[in-house]
Amino acid sequence: MQRTTEAPSAVRATRPAEETALSKESPANAKSTSGAPRISIAVDDTRQVRTLNVKAAVDNVNFYYGEHRALKNLTIPIADRQVTALIGPSGCGKSTFLRCFNRMHDLQPGTRYEGSITLHPDNLNLIGPGVDPIEVRMRIGMVFQKPNPFPKSIFENVAYGLRLRGLRNRATLAEEVEKALRGAALWDEAKDRLQDSALALSGGQMQRLCIARALATKPEILLFDEPTSALDPIATAKIEELISTLRDQVTVLIVTHNMQQAARVSDYTAFMYIGELIEFDEAAKIFTNPSKKATEDYITGRYG
Amino acid sequence: MRDRVVEILLLASGLVAVFTTLAIVGVLLFESGGFFEHVTLKEFFTDTMWTPLFADAHYGIMPLVAGTLTTTVVALVVAVPLGTTIAIYLSEFAPHNVRETVKPILELLGAVPTVVYGYFALTMVTPLLQYFMPELPGFNMLSAGLVIGLMIVPYISSVSEDAMRAVPRYMREGSYAMGATRLQTALRVVVPGAFSGLAAAFILGISRAVGETMVVAIAAGMQPNLTFDPREPAATITAYIVQVSLGDLAHGSIGYQSIFAAGLVLMAITLMFNVIGFGLTRKFREAY
Amino acid sequence: MSAVSSAAMLEAEKLRGGLSRRKLLDKAFVVIGLSIMLGCLAILAVLFIDLVRDGAPRFGWDFLTNFASRRATSAGILAAWVGTSLIMLVTAVCAVPIGVMAAIYLEEYAPKNWFTAIVEINVTNLAGVPSIVYGLLALGLLVHQFDLGQSILAAGLTLALLILPIVIVATRESIRSVPNAIREAAYGLGATRWEVTKDHVLPYSTGGILTGMILGLSRAIGETAPIITIGALSFIAFLPDSPIKSEFPFVSFQWLHDPFTAMPIQMFNWVSRPDQAFQANAAAAGAILLCMTLAMNGVAIFIRYRFRKKINW
Repeated sequence: MQRTTEAPSAVRATRPAEETALSKESPANAKSTSGAPRISIAVDDTRQVRTLNVKAAVDNVNFYYGEHRALKNLTIPIADRQVTALIGPSGCGKSTFLRCFNRMHDLQPGTRYEGSITLHPDNLNLIGPGVDPIEVRMRIGMVFQKPNPFPKSIFENVAYGLRLRGLRNRATLAEEVEKALRGAALWDEAKDRLQDSALALSGGQMQRLCIARALATKPEILLFDEPTSALDPIATAKIEELISTLRDQVTVLIVTHNMQQAARVSDYTAFMYIGELIEFDEAAKIFTNPSKKATEDYITGRYG
Repeated sequence: MRDRVVEILLLASGLVAVFTTLAIVGVLLFESGGFFEHVTLKEFFTDTMWTPLFADAHYGIMPLVAGTLTTTVVALVVAVPLGTTIAIYLSEFAPHNVRETVKPILELLGAVPTVVYGYFALTMVTPLLQYFMPELPGFNMLSAGLVIGLMIVPYISSVSEDAMRAVPRYMREGSYAMGATRLQTALRVVVPGAFSGLAAAFILGISRAVGETMVVAIAAGMQPNLTFDPREPAATITAYIVQVSLGDLAHGSIGYQSIFAAGLVLMAITLMFNVIGFGLTRKFREAY
Repeated sequence: MSAVSSAAMLEAEKLRGGLSRRKLLDKAFVVIGLSIMLGCLAILAVLFIDLVRDGAPRFGWDFLTNFASRRATSAGILAAWVGTSLIMLVTAVCAVPIGVMAAIYLEEYAPKNWFTAIVEINVTNLAGVPSIVYGLLALGLLVHQFDLGQSILAAGLTLALLILPIVIVATRESIRSVPNAIREAAYGLGATRWEVTKDHVLPYSTGGILTGMILGLSRAIGETAPIITIGALSFIAFLPDSPIKSEFPFVSFQWLHDPFTAMPIQMFNWVSRPDQAFQANAAAAGAILLCMTLAMNGVAIFIRYRFRKKINW
């Protein structure tokens, strides 16, 4: 099997050839500010080149567990207010990659990052050595594989992040909690039992509570680590629907081992294999007409 | 055949534990039975004096209970904050090798013979306290309680730490992912999550402090004294038993029987705390 | 445009402001936690140094070879350390086999039923019974009912009952850490339950059993209250009967029935004397006692460490 070790040729930073509705600025203006650069994807000559607004630019990222190099030279643009899915066989490093965005690896000793993940608009390198992981996590939310609400009331779970930030005003808290619960499509089910323990909810409700918990602090990027792998099909459908609506307010990065799910929810898809990026493109392209043989093999179920 | 013999032998060994419990309860009930033929329960629980060995004998257990409670409270005031802080530090902050090194050393605090702690309380802690409180008597419950507190710190910290480490990692990750610091995660997620375990640690600590004997016998004086002021000398239930044992009391006399009655009360108090404590421990083990 | 990004900058700046305070609290807690821990360890050190300093004038060969005396300077701990050694011998001989066998029963043999549950509850409960209650048990049962009197045997048995739960719990834990795959492998070869236990489970858990035994004995060696309760004399100016005789059958168990004193009792006796001169004796005896327990704990920690390194499941 042929794999690329150099940065995928499909992704090239260029001046946009055409502005999308997302940005109304002129190219000259864009260059003069610290705002998001635009990256176009040129897959082949027959396709029309589309541009995307970049929320986070992953540039040549390597990640090490001790001596083991788990991620190799990853370069991917993460589109602003779009859903980007990371797919690949288990052990390919997609979760490891996801956890770089909010520096969860810092909780384990002996881990090391190389390269940069530049968050726009303020050009913060998320994995830069001087950057505080806690600050990063305050800006980038995460939803885990297994629903992990705290053993507190529903209200306190959602208010958690706000309280961490020192917010004490009850009225504001209540308002923000309601907003977040509505955002996570849980308000109707939970509004009469806000003081009940979160552990009394069903699995799907718990996961939506975790989404609400993350939304309450208005993250810039929301990371999903296989959010439906512990849920039944109906709960899964609800979460997927929710993710689709979330793209209006937040940039979503989702790891999934379920290719149908990636195809259903994502705008862009990255296929990874053993720590490397094999292919990155619009989801429609990846799932209908991948450029790489390995991607096609995976999508058609030949391995993984 | 040989296997059968072995199994019976093993079972018999297991039964030793059961027989010990039965024997303890039996002996306490039997010997204090004689005591309660002389003393009514009403007198036992309402009289405010405990002087079974005097000519003017009074049999009110309350002064001993008061002494026991006072030293226990002082001990807990020391041990609970210290033990919990150490547990949080070891479980949530300390690097692996620090934890592995410090824990056994800390447990040595609980291994020091109690008679040595008694010496420490009497000859070091009390003079130190008297430096700040000149009117403090040479025997007092304060210094005994403080030293007992120190003694149960490792006990409380190790049970609490077990409970905190039983809180699953995904719970912590949820908190860290929200941008919480270690302290915030520890106080807002881990401690509430380990609550029943912490409660168990405290309660088992109480039971230890209630049953502690030598420190109070040496440093708190041995006069029964109905007071809750830790600066005063007083006897605890355990100290009274020691005091009587040091003398030469005829087997079967009321003084001899009185230590079993006191022991019965002690056993009842600690049993109550132990049952609650172990119930809570089981709860935190099952919670996750 | 630049307004947007500077607003974002401002937002990030605000986040950082609150964050620095939170991180300060985090650091403060580390300092507090560390200093409490070091403080506790420092107290342990102070305790030891204090004992050694106070007891310094008494240390010497005479202290170990003299009996207790009315004169502080010539009083020694001969009867006490001999008594303690003999009591420990009785305690170990009784508690270790019974404790280990009970643990084997509970882990390897006991069916899951109400009866086993009762035994288990009993063991946990016994671990929480105050030591002086064991003293009362011994006084009522061993001293008077069984008529053992205030003897080494009575004291040894009392302490054996006291440390039984410690031995049982430690043994169970180490037996439990032997993986089931080992048992299944042995059963698969046709071994009986006892053969599996004797040939595999016990050898692999020796470390834990030894640790439990030493920790139990280190607890017993410092226990004062239960043996005071059975009425141990503290002024003893003779040694127990020698276990070895020059005539047939060369061994004697008369010493089991002799009165005794022990290290912690001797120390307690000296501490509670009003005469200041005896405080030095108390401190010297305390330092020796503390050394014994700390040494035993040290050995236990070392064994645990060694076995954990050696066997890696």
